Amino acid sequence: MLNPEKGQGFSHTPHTASLLSPSANAARKRSFDARLQLRLDRVWNHLWVRRWLIVLSALIFMGLSATYGIPWYACTLALAAFALGAALIPRGGLPLLALTRAPADAGSEAIDVAKILIDALPDPAIVLDRAGTILLFNGKAGDLFESLKPGFHISRVLRNPQVLDALTECGSKLPTQTAIFSEKVPFERHMAATVSFLRFPREPRNSAILLVLHDLTEQRRLDQLRADFIANASHEIKTPLTSILGFIETLRGAARQDEAARERFLAIMAQQAERMARLIDSLMSLSRVEMRAHLKPQDPVQIAELVAEARHALEPMAAEAEIHVEVRSQLNSVTVLGDKDELTQVFLNLIHNAIKYGRPGGRVVVDVNRIVNGSAPKISIAIEDDGPGIAVQHLPRLTERFYRIPGSSALEKGGTGLGLAIVKHVVNRHRGELRISSQEGIGSKFTVILAEHKADRDGAA
Amino acid sequence: MSEHISRAFEEELRTLDTKIAQMGGLAEQALSRAIDALNHHDPELAETTLANDRAIDRLERVIEDLTISIIGRRQPVAGDLRQLITALRIAGHLERIGDLAKNIAKRAIAVAVEQHPKHLMLGFTHIGETALRQLKDVLDAYSQRDAAKARRVWQQDEEIDAMYNSLYRELLTTMMEEPAHVGLYSHLLFCAKNLERIGDHATNIAETTYYLIHGTVLAEERPTVDNTSFARLTVPSKS
Repeated sequence: MLNPEKGQGFSHTPHTASLLSPSANAARKRSFDARLQLRLDRVWNHLWVRRWLIVLSALIFMGLSATYGIPWYACTLALAAFALGAALIPRGGLPLLALTRAPADAGSEAIDVAKILIDALPDPAIVLDRAGTILLFNGKAGDLFESLKPGFHISRVLRNPQVLDALTECGSKLPTQTAIFSEKVPFERHMAATVSFLRFPREPRNSAILLVLHDLTEQRRLDQLRADFIANASHEIKTPLTSILGFIETLRGAARQDEAARERFLAIMAQQAERMARLIDSLMSLSRVEMRAHLKPQDPVQIAELVAEARHALEPMAAEAEIHVEVRSQLNSVTVLGDKDELTQVFLNLIHNAIKYGRPGGRVVVDVNRIVNGSAPKISIAIEDDGPGIAVQHLPRLTERFYRIPGSSALEKGGTGLGLAIVKHVVNRHRGELRISSQEGIGSKFTVILAEHKADRDGAA
Repeated sequence: MSEHISRAFEEELRTLDTKIAQMGGLAEQALSRAIDALNHHDPELAETTLANDRAIDRLERVIEDLTISIIGRRQPVAGDLRQLITALRIAGHLERIGDLAKNIAKRAIAVAVEQHPKHLMLGFTHIGETALRQLKDVLDAYSQRDAAKARRVWQQDEEIDAMYNSLYRELLTTMMEEPAHVGLYSHLLFCAKNLERIGDHATNIAETTYYLIHGTVLAEERPTVDNTSFARLTVPSKS
């Protein structure tokens, strides 16, 4: 349902005053000029509504004056008195006048129906006037564009040139058009915008435009992902595969009888094969997250639970590296809207990295906090280690796929190069933020910031 | 919604806003297409971008004419005057962004036939998308008169500068390792510089937007970490 608190509802632009109920939002008009215009509109509307009554009385009067010879100026005066009298009859009128149903009433009936109709559409829909000003929109459009408000031009939230051109060209000569456009940021999205011309037959002056947006992202993604996966995987898998083939060659030939060499080579081959398996797993995770990037997660999950789970899973690794993992949290129950598996993967990856790149005997601290500044409370989960740190020029590149810090031991430590890319994608999908800070010789801190979900506030979510 | 005695004046200011948003949309699309043309070896897409630059230039002239005519006729003061001045400045910045995107598209045509090294192109996509995000955020901040958003864009220019630093070093190292392809890498270097400049223009638009909303200038020294102008690279001598 359209929610007046969210600004959904009627427009108060003067162009469409007769299309929509003139009394709606009248209190918001502060300009004297606009108020005057509105009053004039109202008077005209009154007269227009009662036009048949006025014409009828004019005819009767002309008839009477012709019959009884009343002079023309008296007729005009009497006619004016009748018009004034008609104008003063209250809206809705006396029962007799109900026959002359006002077009404005019919108009606002049409708008009520329009409201209900577009709310029932499966896609985001916006009704605009000929100039492109937003009149009303449904809940899905309000979700798609955060700052959608009636009374403003559509270019405030949507700037794509093809869609704006389609809106300008929309008219009786070109009643329907579809424009396909895509966005890359903040996340990838492909949409088809259908622009339709609406004409209200009883009010030839009044027409509107309906803009419906249909999401094509899923379809496009499926096609692209297949190609991307092959491109990504082939390069990274080739290296370990080549090395395994090399060892097989050697074992078949020169080292066939060499017991010690065989043992050593088999160990290396096993390691490389495991690396390939991990890589494929990571690529599949990444693909899965990317596929769903445009869908906001809807389930409430408990952060404390996930962090504890991740920490527990990494206990053996931490013990082996002689690193102490500590979870600090002042908060009892912290809920966010998210995907349980994906968020657990995020914490697993971040804590795993902290242990892997930390110094032996060091500490990893996981700090869960609430940030309250401004509109909505946010939860921050910071994973801090006291390892060797990362040089500042590498920080912006860390979340790139397969980015390796030149000269580091990342390769030998068996990294897939995808851990942080997965973290970044999951955080994006959850509409959160990932902050990375590090100082060489002191340590690194990776912070995930997510919007908090308050169960009692969002009863009607 | 502001109050003006003359509804026509209100309409003119809204038309100006709409035209700026329209020009912003064209600039965003030009940048997005140029980056795609480079990444996907797509000279046709690059040609489309070159052709559409004319629309951006045309809009800048339209906005200039409209602004000057409004100033002349209405003689605005305070917030209205700021809006007109900032409209002129932002149109100028958007036109430069369009030109820089056009330059990237031209170079995309030049390097379309060659193989791009994967590790470099991932870095490119990253800096390209960051620049695109900055541009989108700052245009949203202007349309919605959101000073906090403008300030955030202004502060995040560091990110692009840092990425450019990193790409610069990587490109120079690659040039030394593979001198045969130095032509390709030079083009990529210019493209990276263009993206960094686009980021700077977006930051300038952010400063202008902040000024429009608050009437004061963002006081602190803009954070910048681009030190490639000071970088010295020693080429190992061949023995």
